[in-house]
Amino acid sequence: MFDLDRWQEIYHVLQKNKMRTFFTAFGVFWGIFMLVVMMGSGNGLRNGVTDGMKDFATNSVFIWSQSTTIPYKGLPRGRNFKFNNDDLDALRKEVPDIEHIAPRIGVNSGPGDNVIHGLKGGVFTLFGDVPDWCKIDPVNVIQGRLLNDKDVIDSRKVAVIGNRVQEVLFKNGENPIGQYIRIQGVWFQVIGVFKPKSQNINFGGDKQQTIFMPFTTVQRAYNFGNSLDFIAVTAKTGSSAASVGDKAIKLLKRRHTIAPNDEQAIGNFNLEEIFKQIGGLFMGIDFLVWLVGTGTLLAGVIGISNIMLVIVKERTKEIGIQRAIGASPIAIISQIVMESVVLTTIAGFVGLTLGVGLIQLINMAMTSNVESRQMFKNPSVDFNMAITALTILIISGALAGLIPARRAIKVRPIDALRYE
Amino acid sequence: MIRLNNLHKSYGIGSTSLHVLKGIDLHIGNGELVSIMGASGSGKSTLLNIVGILDTYDEGEFILDGKVIKHMNETQAALLRNQYIGFVFQSFNLISFKNAVENVALPLYYKKVSRKKRNIMALEYLDMMGLKDWANHLPSELSGGQKQRLAIARALISKPKIILADEPTGALDSTTSKEVMEIFKEINKTGITVIIVTHENEVAMSTNRIIRLRDGLIEHDNLTPEMLKQHHNVLLTTQSN
Repeated sequence: MFDLDRWQEIYHVLQKNKMRTFFTAFGVFWGIFMLVVMMGSGNGLRNGVTDGMKDFATNSVFIWSQSTTIPYKGLPRGRNFKFNNDDLDALRKEVPDIEHIAPRIGVNSGPGDNVIHGLKGGVFTLFGDVPDWCKIDPVNVIQGRLLNDKDVIDSRKVAVIGNRVQEVLFKNGENPIGQYIRIQGVWFQVIGVFKPKSQNINFGGDKQQTIFMPFTTVQRAYNFGNSLDFIAVTAKTGSSAASVGDKAIKLLKRRHTIAPNDEQAIGNFNLEEIFKQIGGLFMGIDFLVWLVGTGTLLAGVIGISNIMLVIVKERTKEIGIQRAIGASPIAIISQIVMESVVLTTIAGFVGLTLGVGLIQLINMAMTSNVESRQMFKNPSVDFNMAITALTILIISGALAGLIPARRAIKVRPIDALRYE
Repeated sequence: MIRLNNLHKSYGIGSTSLHVLKGIDLHIGNGELVSIMGASGSGKSTLLNIVGILDTYDEGEFILDGKVIKHMNETQAALLRNQYIGFVFQSFNLISFKNAVENVALPLYYKKVSRKKRNIMALEYLDMMGLKDWANHLPSELSGGQKQRLAIARALISKPKIILADEPTGALDSTTSKEVMEIFKEINKTGITVIIVTHENEVAMSTNRIIRLRDGLIEHDNLTPEMLKQHHNVLLTTQSN
């Protein structure tokens, strides 16, 4: 039931020293504000990173050749070697846990534009790929189609271009499908335009500025023979990427006469491992956010408790009068606890509201700035988290008031009445 | 109503102990108007605080309305205070941020009487004290006499059986003091026991029974106004010599 006298007393106590009340409340406000903003930012970062990677096959391992560092079977250290098409057949045959194998060749270009269409040209990232690559790193087809097996088997001179390549090489509204572009001096017919799905994992450059050509065509057209740059493999369901990667590397070491203990000869990148590390990183960030947030909040609550002690001391005589005229200890305790809870809740609520407001503003700013959304997306505060924080706050407020309240009733009424 | 048997009270001051009440035997019956006098340090305020259940005693016995008051926790003490006793203090002890009605109604707030009902009652008591027109004023807007009348109204509202007044006229001029004492007499006529601690002869002489304390003991009980006057004259002569 609404108790006007109680609220009147709370108002009197809080407004008696406005500056002190403001600074006390500010401690709690800042604590909850920081917690909300940090939680929201943490979520934004998580959303940005995971969103930019979500379509990528997370169970994939990328393997590439480097130089040997250990002499082995009469072969010296520092030997360069290249993977080849036979390695792909061997991997398919001897590592049954592999689901997809996608070799890739990167076409290096000299100075100046490496791709030309009519009078327009540009420098783009060029790859020789197989259709399975798009099962590992999916893209959205905007126009035409992606590479297919027939393009690879027949070594067709066809190319799938990124949306940025289209913007640079073709006029606005011009249909690129069926048109020819000259890539490093070789003419290729454009069969499709794509837009990347995941933007946070890139090989060799921005995917929007990439051109895919059939893997076999690139080997022939640019004199790669049967060698290739790197191999991406994905694990079948039930197998881990790490185990598949290990098996593949062991096989490749055997095939290329590399010491089994030569860790540097073959480079690899386990996306599954990276995802686990990212998950761990975000758990760490969450922990840190809560640690710093609750720490700040605790400091604010301790500040409230301290000030309540001062207020109780100042009101000793007043409390003495109230007790002399019949106020029970519980009435005094509940009054002081209520004052503390009100101060904490108001400050906390303002902090929560402004924190959520700031997060919303950041979200709006992010929405209007597409580029920045790549690593930071949809910062938000979970409703349950907000309610939990507010509940913790109210309980903390009550606890903050309890110590001064107990102190207040420890003073005998007669001593309280004598207090000046 | 009040019975004290061989009551002792000491205060510890550092490592030493100050024996303030050294065996008080006193009986105050229902509806008495009593004043307690004595020099500073004679123990009169301590006695009043024990009777008001604001302080405890070390030895002896204190019986209030047939109940032995001993080893009481603060909640029980608050309940008894609210039920039996109304306090009037020298410095009024009003709550500064509450207006006259709210100050008077405060004891009823702790008795969980509804705000509407307690405000109606508070207005009645303010009217009784001639303060109805000041109902919405804060204590800081009232004169000393008005403040004391307000404090008396507050002491009366919970219909106590005893009014304990500690130097109620100490902060008032002689005219206002007389007015206040008239109020106490009127209250006493309704059957309420009134105990006033004072060092003013005029105040004591307007009560029906004067008790004088000296060094923690009752020196005189039922001191007559004549004896008091005589004692006062002796004191004045001694001082002038």
